[in-house]
Amino acid sequence: MSVPAVHPFHGGLVLEGHKRISTRHPVVPARLPERLVVPLQQHIGAPAEPVVQVGERVLKGQPIARPRGYVSAAVHAPSSGTVAAIEARPVPHPSGLAAPCIVIETDGEERWRWREDQRPDWRTLGPEALRERVREAGIVGMGGAGFPTHVKLNPGAGRAIHTLVINGAECEPYITCDDMLMREHAPAVVAGAQVMQRILGARRILIGIESDKPEAREALSEAVRAAGADDIRVVSVPARYPSGGERQLIHLLTGLEVPSEGLPADIGVVCQNAATAAAVLRAVTELEPLISRIVTVTGAGVAEPRNLEVLVGTPFADVIDQAGGYTDEAVRLIVGGPMMGFAVAHDEVPVTKTVNCLLVAGRGEVEPARDPLPCIRCGACVEACPARLLPQQLYWYARAKDFDRVQDYRLFDCIECGCCAAVCPSRIPLVDYYRYAKSEIWALEREREKAARARRRHEARLARLERERAEREARQRARRERATDAAARKAAVAEALARAGARRSGSAEARRHEGSEGG
Amino acid sequence: MRRFETATSPHLPPRDSVPALMRRVLYALAPGAALQAWHFGWGVVVQLLLAAALALAAEAAVLVLRRRPARRALADGSVLVTAALLALALPPYAPWWLTTVAVLSAVVLAKHLYGGLGYNPFNPAMVGYVVALIAFPRELTQWPAPHALAAPPGLDMALGLIFGGAQLPDALTAATPLDHVRTGLAMNRTLTELGAEPVMGRFGGKGWEWVAGGYLAGGLWLAWRRAIDWRIPSAFAAGLALPAMVAWGLDPDGHPSPLFHLLSGGAMLGAFFIATDPVTAATTPRGRLLYGAGAGLLTFLIRTFGGYPDGVAFAVLLMNMAAPTLDQLTRPRAFGEGR
Repeated sequence: MSVPAVHPFHGGLVLEGHKRISTRHPVVPARLPERLVVPLQQHIGAPAEPVVQVGERVLKGQPIARPRGYVSAAVHAPSSGTVAAIEARPVPHPSGLAAPCIVIETDGEERWRWREDQRPDWRTLGPEALRERVREAGIVGMGGAGFPTHVKLNPGAGRAIHTLVINGAECEPYITCDDMLMREHAPAVVAGAQVMQRILGARRILIGIESDKPEAREALSEAVRAAGADDIRVVSVPARYPSGGERQLIHLLTGLEVPSEGLPADIGVVCQNAATAAAVLRAVTELEPLISRIVTVTGAGVAEPRNLEVLVGTPFADVIDQAGGYTDEAVRLIVGGPMMGFAVAHDEVPVTKTVNCLLVAGRGEVEPARDPLPCIRCGACVEACPARLLPQQLYWYARAKDFDRVQDYRLFDCIECGCCAAVCPSRIPLVDYYRYAKSEIWALEREREKAARARRRHEARLARLERERAEREARQRARRERATDAAARKAAVAEALARAGARRSGSAEARRHEGSEGG
Repeated sequence: MRRFETATSPHLPPRDSVPALMRRVLYALAPGAALQAWHFGWGVVVQLLLAAALALAAEAAVLVLRRRPARRALADGSVLVTAALLALALPPYAPWWLTTVAVLSAVVLAKHLYGGLGYNPFNPAMVGYVVALIAFPRELTQWPAPHALAAPPGLDMALGLIFGGAQLPDALTAATPLDHVRTGLAMNRTLTELGAEPVMGRFGGKGWEWVAGGYLAGGLWLAWRRAIDWRIPSAFAAGLALPAMVAWGLDPDGHPSPLFHLLSGGAMLGAFFIATDPVTAATTPRGRLLYGAGAGLLTFLIRTFGGYPDGVAFAVLLMNMAAPTLDQLTRPRAFGEGR
């Protein structure tokens, strides 16, 4: 087999992987916790809507919340038990805020909701039916972003997809869940990719995997051979962060650049994470919804770093406990990797569909607290930026709150990979400035929209008032006219009556006269 | 429930720091500075120490006046780099007050009045040098003869010259190679004649070419360590050498060789240590090429047609002015942005 060419992207960083510490043990299922806390929003889009009541008995795999709208995802009971509460609980989010969750007291029986005979052969199903299965299973991108998979698998009629990219790069240091999945379940990843290929009508599948995962690459190549699929290629990409960024990986594998305001589908490519592929296969063959995932528990802060198959809703504390618990080193709990992951304030937070790694960092593994010096414009960030931006200029204008300039320097092409901040000798938290500028700009836009709406409303109100005034006046005028009419009529009537009266009295007198004359 | 500190991503420990970067620049200056001291005597060392002490004191004083934390800013090492560059650019036996004026101009005027590290539009060392050059032109030409022509002053004599108000005896002075060529050409002598004189060495001036070699070596190390962007010195050298080559090719007796240009005066120090000051240089990759080439070209033009024998300081300051515009005009095409 020829080695396919790889198209390098600008910048990026060669980082120490720290991957071996968590790949020594095979993946084992984590213990069933007493209580599962299942957030209603584990994806990008609208939160799901609960379809169960407090006190209701639920079975494993039963839908407990339905998607609200198209860009949303269903949520299922990860195990059987009783709904104990539907309330706000702390969720894995950088803000540390609470969000609505369904709390399930597990019964330990793990009773599934379906019967055996419901398992179909996916090859007999058409793209629509397959996509519907994916939607019903509540599958979202498992690489971290959590975009609903059925939406990504429906690029729209105008966009023909030629290539499905399977992202097995896993470029962030420490994280090994995809590596372990590909080693242990390569056939499922390949078959899941084929399901998605069928849904998309893609000509070929390219599986991108970083060169530091030879075992996984071997396993996948073997699975591809076994499947006899000559339209699938396993491509080794250099271990250079962020090769697993969607845009970067697509460029590495195809040489194509996703347009800056567009989607991969605009250039005929769809990219899905390896774990998502495996989840898709389970959804279509076993009707199994996404209720568990592999989580890497690693770092100098845990005693036995490893990978565990964890039910969605399991508290971090339970998971860490099964990796030997904390060591004295533990100083920071990071969800995800050290480059893009976020730190949480405590471990009473549940695993969700997108939690790929719990990095319990030791003292030497993280920067204590940034104490920035002024930017000296050294340009290390320019060299590192995979989006080919000028991070120091973005920083300058973000700091000055010059939001027009910061957009001229293409703030919204920033993927927040953190390369710039990682190399900054002045230790400036650059990504924080970009996030700040982005949210300010969004807020301003919302503000502007609101103002425009308010103005439209105000103008509409003025118009309405004007109309009403005009109508009122018209009515008054009409009434006045009617009134004058009426008065005139009344006057006329009175006059007529008077005249008539006069006539009557005149005739009476005449009669009287006549009568006296005659009487 | 176990609680943790929180912080924003990326979380990795630092890979580099400003003080480390500044230290690297100082290390890279060492070979050139040592050769300069060998060829021109103790004055080089005394000026380095004097400038460093003055610069630290001036920066500390300004920081106190500006009510900024002084210790941290002093520890970043940037003021020491400014002091070292200035000390190496000034004649080694310049009087103490001249060095003081230059250092104060650099640190107070060029650096802190603009907001300190990172905010100064002009290279502080070159501002200090140009202030001295314009205010005291005679003192700035007083260079000693290199070691090969006369034994340079010892430490006692150096202290006497710098602090005691003594004059460098004529026997110990010599025109710099650039001066020598300039005045010689002005008197209608040919470069063949001028090259035969004792101040001239194999490529540049005696001694001077070695010092330039020292800065070149240090500069290459800096570029290899990625402490400086290779684009600026490369473009500077090209901007200086290419026009020099054309002029020399057309009239070899009327114009010095490109190699002479590169190894004389402040060219190597300027290309690797002064034009590369990131704060005042352009920051985009293409901008840095243009910036370096512009500084090299201006150096050639000033040396050839200007009123001063060397032009590195003016060239750098002029390009400092152009840097923001260069940055704006050379923004790279972002990934995914339409061509």
